[in-house]
Parts: sequence; C-alpha cells; structure tokens
Amino acid sequence: MRTRKMRVLQRTLLLAVECTLVVTAAGFIAQGTAFAAEEGAGKLGADWKSQHADTDVANKASLQRGARNFSNYCLGCHSLKYERWSRMAQDLEIPEPLLEKDLMPPGDKPAQYVLTSMPAADAEAWFGKTPPDLSLIARARGKDYLYQFLTTFYVDPTRQTGANNLRLPATAMPHVLSELEGLKRAVYRNEEKRGEDGKATTEPVFDHFEPLAPGRLSTAEYASFVRDTVNFLDYVGEPTQQARRSLGVWVVLFLLVFTWLAWLMKKEYWKDVH
Amino acid sequence: MASRQESPVRAPGDPLPDNVNPLPRKGFLGWLNKRMPVDEFIANQLTGYYAPKNFNIWYFFGSLALVVLVMQLLTGIFLTMFYKPGELTSFDSVEFIMREVDSGWLIRYLHSTGASAFFIVVYLHMFRALLYGSYKPPRELLWLIGMLVYLALMAEAFMGYVLPWGNMSFWGAQVIVNLFGTIPVIGPPLVEWIRGDYGIADATLNRFFALHVVALPLGILLLVMLHLVALRRTGSNNPDGIEIKEKVDAKGKPLDGIPFHPYYTVKDVVGIGVFFVLFAIIVFFVPTFGGLFLEGPNFDPANPMSTPEHIAPVWYFTPFYAILRAVPDQRLGAMLMGLAVVSFLFLPWLDRSPVKSMRYRGWISKTMLTLFVVSFIALGYLGLQPAEGIYVLWARIFAVIYFAYFWLMPFYSRASFDRVKPVPERVVFNAH
Repeated sequence: MRTRKMRVLQRTLLLAVECTLVVTAAGFIAQGTAFAAEEGAGKLGADWKSQHADTDVANKASLQRGARNFSNYCLGCHSLKYERWSRMAQDLEIPEPLLEKDLMPPGDKPAQYVLTSMPAADAEAWFGKTPPDLSLIARARGKDYLYQFLTTFYVDPTRQTGANNLRLPATAMPHVLSELEGLKRAVYRNEEKRGEDGKATTEPVFDHFEPLAPGRLSTAEYASFVRDTVNFLDYVGEPTQQARRSLGVWVVLFLLVFTWLAWLMKKEYWKDVH
Repeated sequence: MASRQESPVRAPGDPLPDNVNPLPRKGFLGWLNKRMPVDEFIANQLTGYYAPKNFNIWYFFGSLALVVLVMQLLTGIFLTMFYKPGELTSFDSVEFIMREVDSGWLIRYLHSTGASAFFIVVYLHMFRALLYGSYKPPRELLWLIGMLVYLALMAEAFMGYVLPWGNMSFWGAQVIVNLFGTIPVIGPPLVEWIRGDYGIADATLNRFFALHVVALPLGILLLVMLHLVALRRTGSNNPDGIEIKEKVDAKGKPLDGIPFHPYYTVKDVVGIGVFFVLFAIIVFFVPTFGGLFLEGPNFDPANPMSTPEHIAPVWYFTPFYAILRAVPDQRLGAMLMGLAVVSFLFLPWLDRSPVKSMRYRGWISKTMLTLFVVSFIALGYLGLQPAEGIYVLWARIFAVIYFAYFWLMPFYSRASFDRVKPVPERVVFNAH
C-alpha cells in the first residue's frame, strides 16, 4: 500500500503538471470563445454558453450517482456498447448485488455490455433516428457540451416532441428530464445586425429562460444531477483515465531521476573534452 | 581519451589501424569476430566515427527521430495484434484496445502521441539543417534522402490516421485522396485506383492498413539506413558550418572532432531522457492534447452521411492544407501544396551563400529564415481554422512569404547581396 505522504506527493505533482499543461494548451487552443457574461447576468440561462460541466472523475460518489441517473433516465433509449456492467461495478466500487438489483435491466448478466432494451427499428420509427450510443459522447463532444445540452431544453410547441434545445437546435430528443427540472420557456430579444450588404436587420436572439412549471428538483439540485451524469459519461468515455493519471506520476518521476543520472554521466564523460 | 581509431575517414574495406585487433577476444566474442566484423563495425561506426565537438541543442533531434521510429514500430506491432481492419471492425477494435486489452490504452496513446512527436522532432531536425546550412555541399544527398524519409513519413502518418475509422479519418481521407483527382486526364481514374472503390470504403481501409504496417515502415527503415550511410561519408555539419576534416592532427584525427561513442551516445541519452519526460506528460495527462493530437470528431465512427463541421487534418499537415485552401482554384491549390512540400528538395541548389551557418550570414538571410518559420507556424494555425474571411487573406500572405523563402533564395543568399561575416578557422566551443 502506498503511504499517505506518497499519495499527497503524487496529487501535488499531478496538479502542478495538469495546471501547467492546461494553461499552455488553453492559450493555443482557445479561439472565438468570448462570452458576454455581464449582459443579462442573474437571468436564468442567460450565460448558458459559458457554463462548464466542472466535474471530477475521481469523485466515486458522483460517478455512482451518475450511473444511477443513467440507468434510470438514459438507458431506456441509449446504450453504452463498449462498457460492461461488471467493469462499471469494479471501477465505480459498486457491490455486485446492488448493481444487479438497482442498475442492470432484469435478466442481463454482469459480463454483458450496457445495452438498451429498445429495439433500434422502433426507436427510429418513434424519434426519426436511432438514439446514439453514448460510450464516447463525452470524448466526441466534450463535457461542457453535454452539460449545456442537458440544461438548455425549453418548451417549443412547434417541435414534435414539444421541446427544443439551445445547444443542439431541433434535437430529436424529448426533454426526458422535465419531471426533474420542470418546464421553461425561451425569451428572445431583438438585436440589430448589419449584414454583408451593410443593411441593418433585426434578428431575435436568445436572452434568458422563464420558468413555466417547477420540477421535483431545485435549479441547483438539477445542475448537480446533470453534473453527476456528465461525470459518469466522462468516465465511460475513457474508463482507464484514473489509472492513466496515477501511473503517469510514477513514470514521470522515474524519467526525471533517469535523466538526472544520465546528465551526471554525460558531465563526467565530457570532462576530457576541451 | 585514447582513441582506438586513427583515421576518421576510413572506408569499411580499408585495413584496420594497428591498435584495433580484429581478433582480440577469446571465447564467444572471439568466435563471433572470426565470423562477423563486430569490433570492426563498432570501430568504424561509433568509436572511430568523429563528430564535431560543438553540437548544441539542435543536434539532439536526429537521434530522437530514430528513438521515436523504434517506439512507433514496437507499439505498432502490439496494436496490430488486436486491431482488425475493416469498415465494420476497425472502430470497435480500437475501442476494445482502449478498454479491454491489458495496457492497451497505454500502447495506443504511445502510438498516437508518437505520431505527433515524430513530426515535432523531424520538423526541428529539418529546421536545424536550415539554420546551419546542413543541406549544402557536400551533404546534398544526405538532405535528399532525409527529405524522402519525410515524404514517406507523411504517407505513413496519413494512412495511419485513417485506420481508427473515425469520422475525421473518413473525411480527411476523402479530402486528401480527392486531391489526386485534380491531376488532368489521369486524375479521376487514379483516385479510383487509390481507393479501390468509388468512395472511401472497406477496400481503401484495408490497403491503407497493408501500406501502413508493411510497405511504408520497410521503406522508411531502408531510407533511414541510407541517411545514416550517407552521413558516415560526409560527417556531421556543425553550428559553425566548418568542415572539421580540413583541420587534422599528425595522426589524421580532426582537431575539433570527438568519437561519437562514448561522447555523443552519453549526451544523446540525456536528450532522450528529457524528450521522454515531456512525452510521458502528454501521454499520461493530456493524450488528446486539446484535440490537436486526437481530434474530438474522430471519436464518432466514420459516417459518409455526416460531414464534420470543419474538416482539418492533424496539425502536422495543416501548413500545407492552409496553402491548398488559400488558392481559389482547386487544381492550382493542389499544385502549390505539392510545391510547398517539394521545395525543400531544391534547397542545396537554391542556396548561393558562400557560408553554411546562419551565424556568419548577413541580416537578409536571417530575416528570411525567421519569416519562413513564422509563416510555417502561422499557416499551421490557419489550416486548423475554417477557410473564410480574414483567415484566407492571412493564409495567402503567409503562403507568399513561405514560397519567397525558397524561390528568392538564389538572389538574396548571394554574398554580393547578403554580406557574410568571416568564418573562423576552428569551431567555437566552450568547455563546461
């Protein structure tokens, strides 16, 4: 077993390495992501584009809640075809009896992959397209995208499902979490835009949400519900990521020592070069 | 340091100097040396191969490229054990490697990060040649073989990128293969011949797999070997651009040279250590490198019905991709893109400067090289952006600078134009 000191050292090093990298990478990658946060601050959903998932994949309790949420609300339509139930139980430290009783569809075996019971052909008939597999959705779209998607559903009577979404306009997905979140309506404001021909036109632009009916959860509770779910999907996207980071700390430490020794050796040899 | 070798420029067939006994050993090594020139090989290639003693940081990248090549070959072998090429199996098998194969994620990330690392190292290695005039006579052939390695590497990387069969793999292949279609007359049938189908399909994927794991690695290994053979004849250039063979001692050893082994082997190990520290940080903590090394859309399986929002190749091709898109006419764009790559081949004959190293050239050559590096990086950035508005304008400006560096070189590099400084007799070296 690792001692506490080593664990603290490992955490600190990991944090330092990640901070440095994030800052370096962010400067290079950040582009066109300036958001008007001051305008309409305080209004519900006005700053939706700048909201971050802010999850922690090391938080086992959050992942367990996310697994529960997925099983209750997503698994009806969506699969995780690359994730086995047993793997999930092992990684998330869920006891197997609990897994079989509360999370898995009756009749499935722990060694099986996490598959929806909804037949693909029916799904296509009902929604116009088969609901996508979510194994890699967090890697393909990013965590923030998922968080923003699940928090910006609004009532739209022109849609067949009665719901629309800011992150993915005209989504085929109904607002399945409405009983938890409640219903909300999008409020628009007119904004003047100058087209390429120089003519000014007014265009409706999303301003904020207006609650229509409350759900079972408060706004904060719903946000943390979504956060747990996104965290779980992030884990499913790369189940080995925790192992990757903890192994990485030791590999980097070893390489630092190795390089230092190699440098001492080089210095010794090069003493005779004048 | 007493050397076992006298003349630095002995051809392999020449008789060995007195102090190297071809049969010095007893036992197994003696037995081996009777049947195979082991000691002679080491004396020829390492302990008796003299390299200038004034190498600086830019001289690490050759040995690093070799290390990365070996790493790609080794990790590639293990990936091949689990990867299943095919429209219906490729994507799933990569995820199987990432999730269910023991340490499969590590092998895959080493390989995917290794691809980007290979290009970083090779670009820095090439920059070194531009900086110190390493392509100039007598090293033209060394440079040409190196450029062939680079071309083979581009093909290798492109085909490797198609193998996971993600959506960007598919659409990237679509764009790149279609470029051959802009060639007059033979273009369209050529594209069909490359794909083996009317679109990017199963046949394309399988032949790319064959080329990626067998044909191109063999070609690259052969070319790298020739690159090293040519290097053994001319010897390395150095930051001062002086030929160390011209100043030798009574025994014929270069005064400014030191045996490659042990001096540069121990030094390169330090470089390899530093490289792997940085490499491991990326592999273990940011393997996608913010979407630059592994792109988000490539975690969606290939889908001919859904085009990604922006199709962009991986970062190491984007300077050329930006040039392609900067030109309104597709055929002309493809031609200029090809020219951007092959321009490097002509450098030994475009450069008219009497000195090799930038250290002793005038401000014009220095400015042109700086502008070239800036435009290469800027084009790399622009190639990742959508081709619209101000981005296209900038891409055009930087493309002009890019080509000016090469094709105006016969004029601006002349001593009558770019005044050179006197080159010292001996290399500049400060012992630490």
